[in-house]
Amino acid sequence: MAILINKDTRMIVQGFTGKIGTFHAQDMINYGSNVVGGITPGKGGQTHLERPVFNTVRESVEQEGAEASIIFVPPAFAADSIMEAAEAGIKYCVSITDGIPTQDMMKVKQFLRKFPKKDRMILTGPNCAGTITPGQSMLGIMPGHIYQSGVVGVVGRSGTLGYEAADQMRELGIGISTSVGIGGDPINGSSHRDIFEKFEEDDETKLVLMIGEIGGPQEVEAGVYAAKHMNKPVVAYIAGLTAPKGRRMGHAGAIISSAGESAAEKVEMLQDLGVTIAPTPSAMGETIAKVLAKM
Amino acid sequence: MDIHEYQAKEILEGYGVKIAEGGLAYSPEEAVQRMREIGGSVWAVKAQIHSGARGKAGGVKICFSHEEVEAAAESMLGKRLVTHQTGPEGKVCSRLYIEAGTDIAKELYFSFLVDRAEERIVMVGSAQGGMEIEELAENNPDAIKKIYIDPAVGLLDFQAREMAFELGLEATQISHAVKFIHGCYRAMRELDANMLEINPLVVTKAGELITLDAKMGFDDNALFRRHSVAELRDKTQEHPQEMAAADRGLSYVGLDGDIGCMINGAGLAMATMDMIKLAGGEPANFLDVGGGASAERTEKAFRLVLADKGVKAMLVNIFAGINRCDWIAEGVVQAVKKIDMNIPLIVRLSGTNVEEGRKIIAESGLPIITATTLAEAAEKAVQARNEQVAKEGVA
Repeated sequence: MAILINKDTRMIVQGFTGKIGTFHAQDMINYGSNVVGGITPGKGGQTHLERPVFNTVRESVEQEGAEASIIFVPPAFAADSIMEAAEAGIKYCVSITDGIPTQDMMKVKQFLRKFPKKDRMILTGPNCAGTITPGQSMLGIMPGHIYQSGVVGVVGRSGTLGYEAADQMRELGIGISTSVGIGGDPINGSSHRDIFEKFEEDDETKLVLMIGEIGGPQEVEAGVYAAKHMNKPVVAYIAGLTAPKGRRMGHAGAIISSAGESAAEKVEMLQDLGVTIAPTPSAMGETIAKVLAKM
Repeated sequence: MDIHEYQAKEILEGYGVKIAEGGLAYSPEEAVQRMREIGGSVWAVKAQIHSGARGKAGGVKICFSHEEVEAAAESMLGKRLVTHQTGPEGKVCSRLYIEAGTDIAKELYFSFLVDRAEERIVMVGSAQGGMEIEELAENNPDAIKKIYIDPAVGLLDFQAREMAFELGLEATQISHAVKFIHGCYRAMRELDANMLEINPLVVTKAGELITLDAKMGFDDNALFRRHSVAELRDKTQEHPQEMAAADRGLSYVGLDGDIGCMINGAGLAMATMDMIKLAGGEPANFLDVGGGASAERTEKAFRLVLADKGVKAMLVNIFAGINRCDWIAEGVVQAVKKIDMNIPLIVRLSGTNVEEGRKIIAESGLPIITATTLAEAAEKAVQARNEQVAKEGVA
C-alpha cells in the first residue's frame, strides 16, 4: 500500500534536462522509480535519459499516462509549473524548488482549491526533499539507501533531519512505509495534518513520526487531528529549542513570530494531545521502538 | 528584508497614502535645516533604525525649537539604540527623519500581514492604536478586527469600509479611509511585502487620516523581481556576520553561546543545537552550509564560525545525502590545515560514503575529535568546550 507513490506510479520530471533535474532524475531511475519522461518547454520531441521530453505537462499525461511530477524549475517559474501540473491532471506533485515567493504560493493554493477535492492534485513542498516509499519508488532527492521498508509513516519539514531519523530507525531495524517531506516554507502544499490523514487510511502504516520545528501552527493542528480522528499512535520531535524569537533559522518558515510557535510550547501542547514526544533528536528511533513494542 | 520608516512612507505616499511632511537628515545641522524647510512650531525627530518601540528607547523626540531639534539629533546620531526588538547589542542610528508635528485627536492601529494558518493576507485594525499589537492581543483581544483577503479577487470595497467603521471613523471620513486602505493593500501586493504596519494611524483634530509611523517587511524570496525594494536594503542595520554569511550563500544566525556549529540542513542544524543544549552547552550560532558543501564552501563556513572570538569549541555535523562524506572530510581537513585553529574541533559524519569519510579524518593526523552519533557528538563538544575553558582559565 504505502501512500502517495508506489512502484507503479508513472512519474515525470519538470525541469528535466537541466543539470539538477538530470542528476536527480537519474538517481530516481536508479532507485527504481517509474520515470516515464520529463518536461522542458522547447525541447519536446527529444530524448533524455532514454525517455521522452515533452513541451507541456498535458502532453506527458496524454501520451505517457503521467500521474506524478517532481519540480526542479527555478523559483521564479516554479509556481507556474505547479499550476500547469494541476491543470493537466497530475494527481501528486512534489516541488523541490526552494525560494518560491510567498504570494506565488498563496496563488497556487487558491488555484488548487478550485478543483473538487477528489480531483485536486496533492502538492508537497516546496523546499523539501521529496517523498519515498522504501524499496519501491522515490520522488525526491534523498539518499534512498538509508531508508528501510516497514510500518512507520514519516512526515517532516526538514530533509537532513529526516535522513537522521531514517538512519536511527534502520540501526534499530525499524522500517518506513512512506516518508514525506512537506518543506520548510511558511505556506506549503500539504500540512502535517494532510499527511496524517493519508497515513491513518493506509493499512501498512502502524505508527506515524512527525518531525516538526519552530514557527507556524501546523504541528499542533496535526496533533489536534490525531487526538480526534486517529487510531494510530503518533511520535513527534520538534526542532528549535534554542531558537530565539523573531530570528529566521534557515527555513523561510522557521521563525517564532507569535505565541505557541516555539519548540517548548509546541511540545507541551502535543503532549497534552496525547502525542509521544522524542525528548531529543537522537532519541527519535528509540522512542518509536518503545511505542512499537507496546503495540 | 526590513526597511526604514522614511522609506516605507515614501513608498506609501506613492500609493496615495497621506503622510506628515518630513525630510531626512544625516547630521544635526541638516536636521535643523529640514525643520526650517518644514516650518511650523512642533517637530518630531525620529531615529531611523530597523526596530519598533523606538520611543521608549529615546529614539523619538518631540521638539519645540531649533535648539531642541539639534540636541535631539546629537543624542541619536551615531548611537546604538537598544529596544526590546533589537537585542542587547542594539542598532546603530545613522539617519534621522524630521517630521512636522501632528495635532492628534485619535490613535489607531492598522496592518496587513501574511497569515500562515489561513494562507492569505489578513487586514488587522484596532481603534486602540499606539501600543504594540502583541500587548493589545493579550490584554484586549476583542478590540482587534481581522478581515481575510481572498487572493483570487483581492481586497473588496466593502471589506475596506467594514474596517473603516471598525476603526471608529466618522461617516465623512469613510471614503478617504477606503482609499487609504486600498493604497496600502496595493503596496503590499505589488511589492511582495509580507507585512505593512501603521501604528499609529492618526486622526488629526482637523479630521484628517495621517500615517504617523510605518513599518514594512518584504519577502526575501521575491526580491529578485522587486529591484526597487532590494535597493532599499541598509546593511548597517544587519548583524555583520549574518550579512557576510548571506553574501556567501550561507545561512547564519549568531547566538549567545560558545560552541560553534556547522551543519547541513536547517532542521538538522536546529536539532544539533538542541542536542548541545541538552548536553549542557550553549550553541554560538546556527549555520546551514546547504547541500553542496564543497571544500571552498566548508572553508568559508569555518572562517565565519571562528570569526566569533567567543567560540570555545566547534562542532561539525553533516548528514550526506547528495553529498558524500569523503568529499566533506577532504574539505574539513583542507580548511583546518589552512586556518590556524586553536580550539577543539568535533566532527560527526553520517550518510553516503561514511566509512571513507571517517578514514580521511583519522588518517589526516589532525587533532580532530570524531563521533558516530548525534548524541555522542554533542556530549564530546560540551566536554571539549569545558576543557578549553579550564585551559584558558589557567593560562
